[in-house]
Amino acid sequence: MATETGQPVLEIKDLVTRFYTADGVVKAVDGVSYNVREGEIVGVVGESGSGKSVTALSVMRLIPPPGGRIEQGEALLDGEDMLKMSNERVLEVRGAKIAMIFQEPMTSLNPVLTIGRQLTEALETHLEMNRAAAATRAGELLEMVGIPDGRNRLNDYPHQFSGGMRQRVMIAMGLSCEPRLLIADEPTTALDVTIQAQILELMQRLNQELGTAVIIITHNLGVVARYAHWINVMYAGRIVESGPAETIFKNPRHPYTIGLLASVPRLDEPRRAKLEPIEGMPPDLMNLPGGCSFRPRCPFAIDRCAEEYPPFEPVDGSIDHMKACWVDVTTAGMHAAGSAN
Amino acid sequence: MTQENETAVMTQESGAAPDGAEFEGENLLEVNNLKMYFPVNSRGVIPRHVADVKAVDDISFFVRRGETLGVVGESGCGKTTVGRCIMQVYKVTDGEVVFEGVDLTKLSPGRMRRMRRRLQMIFQDPYSSLNPRMTAGSIIGEPIRIHNMARGRGEYMEQVEELLRVVGLNPYMRDRYPHEFSGGQRQRIGIARALAVRPSLIICDEPVSALDVSIQAQVINLLEELQEQFDLTYIFIAHDLSVVRHISDRVAVMYLGKVVEIATREELYENPLHPYTRALLSAVPIPDPLVERQRERIVLTGDVPSPIRPPSGCRFHTRCPIAIDMCSEEDPEFRNVGGDHWVACHRV
Ligand SMILES: Nc1ncnc2c1ncn2[C@@H]1O[C@H](COP(=O)(O)OP(=O)(O)OP(=O)(O)O)[C@@H](O)[C@H]1O
Ligand SMILES: Nc1ncnc2c1ncn2[C@@H]1O[C@H](COP(=O)(O)OP(=O)(O)OP(=O)(O)O)[C@@H](O)[C@H]1O
Ligand code: SF4
Ligand SMILES: [Mg+2]
Ligand SMILES: [Mg+2]
Repeated sequence: MATETGQPVLEIKDLVTRFYTADGVVKAVDGVSYNVREGEIVGVVGESGSGKSVTALSVMRLIPPPGGRIEQGEALLDGEDMLKMSNERVLEVRGAKIAMIFQEPMTSLNPVLTIGRQLTEALETHLEMNRAAAATRAGELLEMVGIPDGRNRLNDYPHQFSGGMRQRVMIAMGLSCEPRLLIADEPTTALDVTIQAQILELMQRLNQELGTAVIIITHNLGVVARYAHWINVMYAGRIVESGPAETIFKNPRHPYTIGLLASVPRLDEPRRAKLEPIEGMPPDLMNLPGGCSFRPRCPFAIDRCAEEYPPFEPVDGSIDHMKACWVDVTTAGMHAAGSAN
Repeated sequence: MTQENETAVMTQESGAAPDGAEFEGENLLEVNNLKMYFPVNSRGVIPRHVADVKAVDDISFFVRRGETLGVVGESGCGKTTVGRCIMQVYKVTDGEVVFEGVDLTKLSPGRMRRMRRRLQMIFQDPYSSLNPRMTAGSIIGEPIRIHNMARGRGEYMEQVEELLRVVGLNPYMRDRYPHEFSGGQRQRIGIARALAVRPSLIICDEPVSALDVSIQAQVINLLEELQEQFDLTYIFIAHDLSVVRHISDRVAVMYLGKVVEIATREELYENPLHPYTRALLSAVPIPDPLVERQRERIVLTGDVPSPIRPPSGCRFHTRCPIAIDMCSEEDPEFRNVGGDHWVACHRV
């Protein structure tokens, strides 16, 4: 369960990351702040292109130059700002204190190195283990992530493993130095449903047993409902709603969150005759509308929404539940999306 | 413009089977003992046939006129291959594909080309399935030209604009290129292209998987409206079991080249009989933390085995939580267990 008292492992403060491209400036992350506490699983959901991955990559200092620039903000890992660290220090911290699992496993493992070598390398550099000790530990790690007979598969190459196994190797690498924080970016989309379940269960076990803090980035609302303690909902480069998982699902207060929850069919509910989609199109980050970015699709919008971006404020005076919306959806009327032009 | 000799004999009336009268049977499609093996060759100067990927291995099912049959199963279990076999993209290894009473596997290429108009496929990836150098209008109009379905330029333009309207796009968008559309809009173009030739069966291969959650519902609603309006029959392939439940009348569950269970929507989700179906359903997380906390989960261990060397007996026995000795020895028969419910498991 959520450890409300846990110390923050990561504090992201007012992060702004942009991409300068030939076609224009992409405001990928536009003032994002959130915390991850010890022992906590934070889910980040939202529209494709809303800045979920770029936020995490900024924290990892993996934004590709020269087009990509972190323009503002802090990312405090145990109080130390990742964004101001020297490159040498970043390399020390990555792997040792913070690790990230990427969307596509095949692209992140080196195809010409054995699985064992890729695991022992990190152990030798970060934990200063000798070869033999590192190899033993590598075998243990593979078995821990559910690769049967892991000790005997250290000499295999990535192509000899299935997609699900490679994903588990990535997790083993991520965990090898027992980081404080594990970021899993869509750890499951490329995988089978039943393998997804295996991997998410494993991450949850590590969170419970080792207290590793976890950020899960996903499109799947079911995944965050099952695993996350805390949820941040992103839209067009910003967090639009944030709070404890139960609150977000029981009492969503941002129109985008409400629309998202209403648009997915649920296995536990009677089948509805019709789905309720969010009308309109995803936002174009190079040409965001003035005011609230969700306004063109929002059924609750009022005139003010087109004028000013709403502040991120507590819902009903709560200290946990926050949203960025001018309207109180519990009292406002609904109308056709985009009619408040 | 593409011109083919065969197309000259095309009939112009909508809905009529090109090779004869309107088809009257209840089952629009029957797939019988279908097998699709892909050869694996050894490397070297003279490649030798060393093994087969048994992508689809002896499956049978039917699709009733006007219904939606959902097809679910893990990556690599053969869903797309089944779709392509029905479309006759491959020469099937064995079995029959009987569409509107005609076994497509026995048709000559010429007759198949004419038949193809009646079956269409919509693809998973709205990004790569459209030609980037063609405008939306010419993409949608291409099958109309190939099958000579419009008399003259005026009628052609009218049909293209009507199709754009039908899928919820603006007719003025006809001159835009694919990159100027969002993912959901591109998927609409793919749907319009499939509808252009007035098919009776559309195979939708993961039509919403690549789309944003908030856009998926738009496309699903559209598919449902079109089904009603044009009396379409769908095969809907997807890995999202919640979406499949929403759209399907009946659902087929595949595992490693086999269909292991088929039942009506209500029956499959309320009374799943195959242990794999049960595991699959329990693996679907429900977007509600309170519900999730109460739920029991069956987490399967191990990986999906290779279709080159599938396990003996029941292919699921290596991961099955209730397997008995017999399961590794004998392939369970796919049998009817009452009503519309079919299952292949020794323990049912
Ligand atoms: N290297 C890059 N150059 C230019 N733009 C980029 C680059 N990387 C990301 N972007 C843009 O930044 C925005 C945010 O992207 P990001 O990958 O964070 O989205 P996301 O929320 O993770 O989406 P998804 O759910 O699809 O993974 C997008 O509009 C994307 O196109
Ligand atoms: N043209 C081909 N040549 C050789 N093997 C193939 C070919 N097409 C598919 N296969 C193999 O057949 C099996 C079934 O593939 P198929 O694409 O039908 O799976 P699927 O159920 O559609 O999976 P997914 O959910 O990932 O789309 C896989 O093992 C695949 O590697
Ligand atoms: S036949 Fe046996 S192995 Fe196969 S699913 Fe049934 S119980 Fe499991
Ligand atoms: Mg991403
Ligand atoms: Mg497929």
